[in-house]
Amino acid sequence: MEPRLAPMLKDAAITAFVAAALGIFIVGFRTVDIGTGLGFEYHFVDLAIAVATVFCGRLGLSLAANGRRWPSMALGAVLILVGIAPMRMPSDFLHWFVALAGVLLIGRGISPWATDAVTSVQASPSGERAREVGTKWFGWMLLAAAVLLPFMPFVDQKTMDLSVLILTYVMLGWGLNIVVGLAGLLDLGYVAFYAVGAYSYALLSTQFGLGFWAVLPIAGMIAALFGVLLGFPVLRLRGDYLAIVTLGFGEIIRLVLLNWVDLTNGPAGIGSIPGPTLFGAVFSETPPAGQRSFSEMTGIAFDANHRLIYLYYIILLLALITNAFTQRMRRLPVGRAWEALREDEIACRALGINPTNTKLTAFAIGAMFAGFAGSFFAAKQRFISPESFVFIESAIILAIVVLGGMGSQIGIVLAAVLLIGLPEWFRELGSYRMLAFGLAMVLIMVFRPRGIVAHRRPSILLHPPNGRPPYLGGGR
Amino acid sequence: MAYFSQQLVNAITLGAIYGLIAIGYTMVYGIIGMINFAHGEVFMIGAFMSLIGFLICGMLGISSVPAVIVLVLLMSMAFTAVYGWAIERVAYRPLRGSFRLAPLISAIGVSIVLQNFVQLAQGARSKPGGSVVSGGFILFSADDFDVRITWLQIIIVVVTVVLMASFTLLIARTSLGRRQRACEQDMKMASLLGVDVDRTISLTFVLGAALAAVAGMLFLMYYGIIDFFIGFLAGIKAFTAAVLGGIGSLPGAMLGGLLIGLIEVFWAAYFSSEYKDVAVFVILVLVLIFRPSGLLGKPEIEKV
Repeated sequence: MEPRLAPMLKDAAITAFVAAALGIFIVGFRTVDIGTGLGFEYHFVDLAIAVATVFCGRLGLSLAANGRRWPSMALGAVLILVGIAPMRMPSDFLHWFVALAGVLLIGRGISPWATDAVTSVQASPSGERAREVGTKWFGWMLLAAAVLLPFMPFVDQKTMDLSVLILTYVMLGWGLNIVVGLAGLLDLGYVAFYAVGAYSYALLSTQFGLGFWAVLPIAGMIAALFGVLLGFPVLRLRGDYLAIVTLGFGEIIRLVLLNWVDLTNGPAGIGSIPGPTLFGAVFSETPPAGQRSFSEMTGIAFDANHRLIYLYYIILLLALITNAFTQRMRRLPVGRAWEALREDEIACRALGINPTNTKLTAFAIGAMFAGFAGSFFAAKQRFISPESFVFIESAIILAIVVLGGMGSQIGIVLAAVLLIGLPEWFRELGSYRMLAFGLAMVLIMVFRPRGIVAHRRPSILLHPPNGRPPYLGGGR
Repeated sequence: MAYFSQQLVNAITLGAIYGLIAIGYTMVYGIIGMINFAHGEVFMIGAFMSLIGFLICGMLGISSVPAVIVLVLLMSMAFTAVYGWAIERVAYRPLRGSFRLAPLISAIGVSIVLQNFVQLAQGARSKPGGSVVSGGFILFSADDFDVRITWLQIIIVVVTVVLMASFTLLIARTSLGRRQRACEQDMKMASLLGVDVDRTISLTFVLGAALAAVAGMLFLMYYGIIDFFIGFLAGIKAFTAAVLGGIGSLPGAMLGGLLIGLIEVFWAAYFSSEYKDVAVFVILVLVLIFRPSGLLGKPEIEKV
């Protein structure tokens, strides 16, 4: 059947009309301070360009959906050209917006061929072999790269800072993955346990003079205790109620940290937190009385980067412990019970699994790793305040887990690099970063609800798809 | 006593606003069983629409206060409703039939998008405006303390009561209300019997967004200042109100809104204003643990 242009044009016009209705006041009239009160700055040109782009984009998508991929891609190319053309648009954002719409259309046009090509390569014997080797070795290669990173010649201080940040989020993602990905409990207040860990270390070290390595297990235990205290009453609740209660709990912790000034110093935060030591040696040019510095101990000349490299290896180690722990747990009965609970709680109950206790272990273990990461964060920053533990942090960690494919360990690494690394690298994206975050969460849910690494396999299968016995088809 | 009465007046006003937002949560939950996490952000958009509407009215030189209120109310409801419709169409409809937490995660995404969209388009600073109604009268005096009711508080309560009444009628008497109740009971059966389920759900979101817009306007008029972040806290409090009253129940949402308003105002008045939000969250946790079906809700039976 010949696709007809008229309905498509009508559809695109309706979409553009909705976009105009959405934007006319919020975008068109920007409220600005003018001495006596509020006034307007008009942005109708921006709005018109955006609406025109939406019209073209929608038209292109329906053309592609009706088998007219070439015209759709041509439209995409035009949009990209308009987007990167050196003419003046009212804002840089519009250049991006128009060009990205073009990229989207071209991507939509190419995607059927790309999918065909990928499936045919994957289906061929050599492709299957490569994939097996890849899934087996990719993690190890990534690990080797991570271990060697501080000694690479191109690595400067900025890269190291960023790597420490990414690894912190990888660890948090792996910790939350136990709760969300394996046990299927949506925890929107994960940052609360992170805060508990950070404040535990900050208070114990500044008030009682305890060192990082002594406090680390204590902070993990305290965070896990909070996890149990919260989890015990609320884990009976259904999924979405649980999500809201954990969110409320996260806010409670933050508000208490903010208002209990005697303990936490309130919004001013806690400063001069000691950094971690290596066999008692501190990383500082002038060590405090009674302590010696790393350069004195080893005889290596002092370098400010040593501290950063040491922090890098600590967080790498902590993250790897989290990962190894999770991988082992998945093979134990309790880990299998987590995954079973995620799939069907009623069936689990019928089989004699105690859902509350099983969820509680997942919750407490997830909280414990957040506590570890929190103490690391406090030791790294040397200053913490309640501002670091707002809801949006929970949302970012959740976005990493969701984007990574809820349950896939490698996926979380990729997602953390993508979500934390890229925006830090491209500073000009700055203020649009959270916009992109939110959009990514929606789009992932709509188009790839299983995440970017979508081929997560169950740990054990009753009927393996290709007829191999279950003990050969086991998961990673 | 007088101090108590004054707090009661303030609490009822605040409770009315929470109740209006809570209706949006409760209707959506009733019909498709999801927590529309972005609803607080829709409320925030409604407040911004009203702010812009008031400014435009000021520029056009419309000086009659009732005319301004009605115009801004209609404009804000209409354009915020488009947001409700678009959110459902883009972020929730494709997920029907996906796993249970998918719509909630998508809703969190929408909420982040809307917050940052408004921040980018309108700026991060808080915006004053909407103070078109002033004045009031003294209800009574006792112990050297005047209990004041402002005209604005009366407007807020009257608007809320009128909207609540018309909404209850809409659900109970009109064909849209019948379709909504049918979808709530059994979506598949309703569609077999010729109910356009997609359309009904869309309309539910549109109505919820329109009510949130009214709440946004009242909030702006009451506090006189808004920013892009007001949706988060107001949204959670309204959700707590919906849960407290029994999620899925319309009178429950109103009752819950009133109770949350009372708790918040009295906690701030008699204990400490720093911990008033903690009090609300604690109530939420306690209700969910001990009476998850709320005060007026029916217990939910999970079917296999």
